[in-house]
Amino acid sequence: MRFDTIIIGGGLSSLVCGIKLQKAGVKCLIVSAGQNALHFSSGTFGLLGKLPDGTEVREPMRSMSFLPEGHPYSKIGVDKMSEYVAEVPAFFESCGVRLHSAPLSGEGGFPVNGYRLTPLGTLKPCWLAMEDVTLLQSKDDIPWSKALIVNFSGFLDFNAGFIAEGLGRKGVECRVENVTIEGVENLRRNPTEMRSVGIARVMTKENDWKEFGSKVRELSSGEDLVILPEVFGLGDPVIVQWLREMIPGEVMFVGTMPPSVPGIRAQMRLKKAFEAAGGTFLSGDTAENPSVEGGLVTSVHTVNLGELRLSADNYVLASGHLFGKGLEATPSKVIEPVFGLDTDFPTDRSSWCDEDFFAQQGYDGFGVICDESFRPFIDGKRVDNLFVCGSEVGGCNSLYEGSGAGVAIMTAMSVADSILAGK
Amino acid sequence: MQEKNVSFNNFEQCIKCTICTAYCPVVAVNPFYPGPKQAGPDGERLRLKNKFFFDENLKYCMNCKRCEVACPSGVKIADLIHSARRRFAREIPDLRDRVLANTDFMGKFARPFAPVVNSVVASKPVKAFMDVMMDIDRERTFPKYQGKGFTRWFKKEAADSQSSYSKQIAFFHGCSTEFQHPEVGKAFVQVMNAVGFGVKLIDEECCGVAMISNGLWNQARRHAEHNTKVFRKTVGEGLPIVGVSSTCVFTMRDEYPDVLDVDNSDVRDSITMVEKFLFEKVDSGEVKLVFKEDYRARIAYHCPCHNEKLGWGIFTKALVGMIPGVSLTVLDSNCCGMAGTYGFKKENYKYSQEIGRPLFEQIKSLAPDFVCCECETCKWQIEMSTGYTVLNPIVILADALDLEATAKAN
Repeated sequence: MRFDTIIIGGGLSSLVCGIKLQKAGVKCLIVSAGQNALHFSSGTFGLLGKLPDGTEVREPMRSMSFLPEGHPYSKIGVDKMSEYVAEVPAFFESCGVRLHSAPLSGEGGFPVNGYRLTPLGTLKPCWLAMEDVTLLQSKDDIPWSKALIVNFSGFLDFNAGFIAEGLGRKGVECRVENVTIEGVENLRRNPTEMRSVGIARVMTKENDWKEFGSKVRELSSGEDLVILPEVFGLGDPVIVQWLREMIPGEVMFVGTMPPSVPGIRAQMRLKKAFEAAGGTFLSGDTAENPSVEGGLVTSVHTVNLGELRLSADNYVLASGHLFGKGLEATPSKVIEPVFGLDTDFPTDRSSWCDEDFFAQQGYDGFGVICDESFRPFIDGKRVDNLFVCGSEVGGCNSLYEGSGAGVAIMTAMSVADSILAGK
Repeated sequence: MQEKNVSFNNFEQCIKCTICTAYCPVVAVNPFYPGPKQAGPDGERLRLKNKFFFDENLKYCMNCKRCEVACPSGVKIADLIHSARRRFAREIPDLRDRVLANTDFMGKFARPFAPVVNSVVASKPVKAFMDVMMDIDRERTFPKYQGKGFTRWFKKEAADSQSSYSKQIAFFHGCSTEFQHPEVGKAFVQVMNAVGFGVKLIDEECCGVAMISNGLWNQARRHAEHNTKVFRKTVGEGLPIVGVSSTCVFTMRDEYPDVLDVDNSDVRDSITMVEKFLFEKVDSGEVKLVFKEDYRARIAYHCPCHNEKLGWGIFTKALVGMIPGVSLTVLDSNCCGMAGTYGFKKENYKYSQEIGRPLFEQIKSLAPDFVCCECETCKWQIEMSTGYTVLNPIVILADALDLEATAKAN
């Protein structure tokens, strides 16, 4: 079976690359082995929150020159980065995913990081946010004085106490309340299975979200901030908007433990946009047994399709990091399991991880070694029609930098452009 | 040092992300079902300690496999659930479950009296009786038994000419082709003959999927062993085994080893769906299809859960998409809620309709000429719930192909 481009991986990076190519008339196949990191999304996209040395970043585009040479952003270059950064909101809007930035914008219209409230009650920098999330301009001045935090009775994946404590430290007076909704009570039969998506499914029904909204309205007594878990608008985020209109004060939705409701919504919409543009998406299938001849990939196989050869002009690998099984760690080395690409990791095993869980972790910086246009190498020899994008690209520690989504999107756009340029 | 994780159905790979539960159609509507994470890998840890922890509510799993398709860690969640049912379930299948599970026996039994059986089971008093006495929901309509089965037609009309083809394949027709939808089998033979393949029937038994769902494990295993033995002989003769029902094919490839512990590794890759078989032949240039010039249809394609799990929906999409006068819409990936015999049962009927609702609504809003689907029980559910006709892709192909011209081209 023949396609123009075959993309291995089904997450944010693959979908952005696939949609961009497919809309430009390139016939794409995405091979996706199970769901992806969007299901763990905070509801925001980070571009760059911190430099590798720990310096906090206010305006990501102004900090690009401080990044090391091997960083994926440095490979793309400031000009292209600026172009893509400007392109992103409209790109996602056309896929049904509306994103907003912090209200301030910097010189030349470049983004200024906003801050989102985390489930632990801290504030983290980010670039763009989905409808659910409210972005703050500063991490120190909180423009509200009294907050009402409302949870569903029995829902353990949203810890109102942490948020109250965190905000309390910043001088916000917090009150925590629980509400009981009959439709949600059913979920308590299996207490460990009372999860975000279960509640979100109930909250798609008009009677139930309205009951929740009016109970919160009754509870509120002059608070200027109301904080709710991100469990609304699974199919359509309009419910998020309706709740904001219904409840007095600023209504802020804060992330829960996974799965992420805004993340799943974004994933479903991006996949739909890819398919609507004519792309083919293989769910629950794994790429294997590629043929590589003379520095070119000539075909791949998948577990489900067996002996059928899938061939294309170009191939994209965006199958994730260690967590997504795009990379695998053995006791002595890090491998890329589909093509056996050259990877970047320190030979000193003890530097792979730090015992302090919250410290910068060495393993987050592992990745596939790529050239300036994200083409990888096998035994030091470049593969000319294979591109790598997303978290699999080496050269940065995106968890530490707060650049996970940014790297996924920027590398995908850059790879799509390289493929289009070579057409 | 142990370098790789090795655990039963990969259950230790579960990281508790709950993505499976997010995609489970049952847990969305039925509060009694604990959900795939709890029923599968979480429960397995406890069951390993003590079978006392087995939860009878695992019976609510429809075995649609959507959890496995969604799992980022490759855990065989539904296999864990069904093998736990096989090992630990204490509930004994009742008469209703036995009747529903024995699709082949019931077909043979009902066939001589087909017109009578069809009208009797369609009558309101009988439906009310079955509802009260057997817990088969009275709202459910039954697929009609055909007086003349597929194999009888085959022997009379087609068998003699099959040896004249130089290339041969073995056809696994399944129970529904034999008893309810012989037109699917006839279409299969027509298309295969047109593209130059002779069709051979084999000594098949029901694939056993309904026995697995209804807890008739020993019987299911006997069927699996019989079929696998027959397949071994067939493959030994150099013939692939080609089917028309995605559930039969999926069961014989994957449920035999994963749930019933029947080793089919030597024949598994030779068991295929007709759409995959045909597509590969067309793709390699071995087979040419010539379509009628005046065929026109607006078709909506529903990929059944088991074909979604096989990952073979693309072949149907590609083949039906090749027909010049067709406009094809691929429906959103949703379960129809029928899951074989699940939707017949009174305790599941309401949930089965609720699960299928998004699919039914999408079909109604698209208003296609008909729906295309490889699974007979999806067909029953969609036809009953939407009023739209559902056709197996091979029936659509037989209708759209210029069979004479195709035969000349091959």
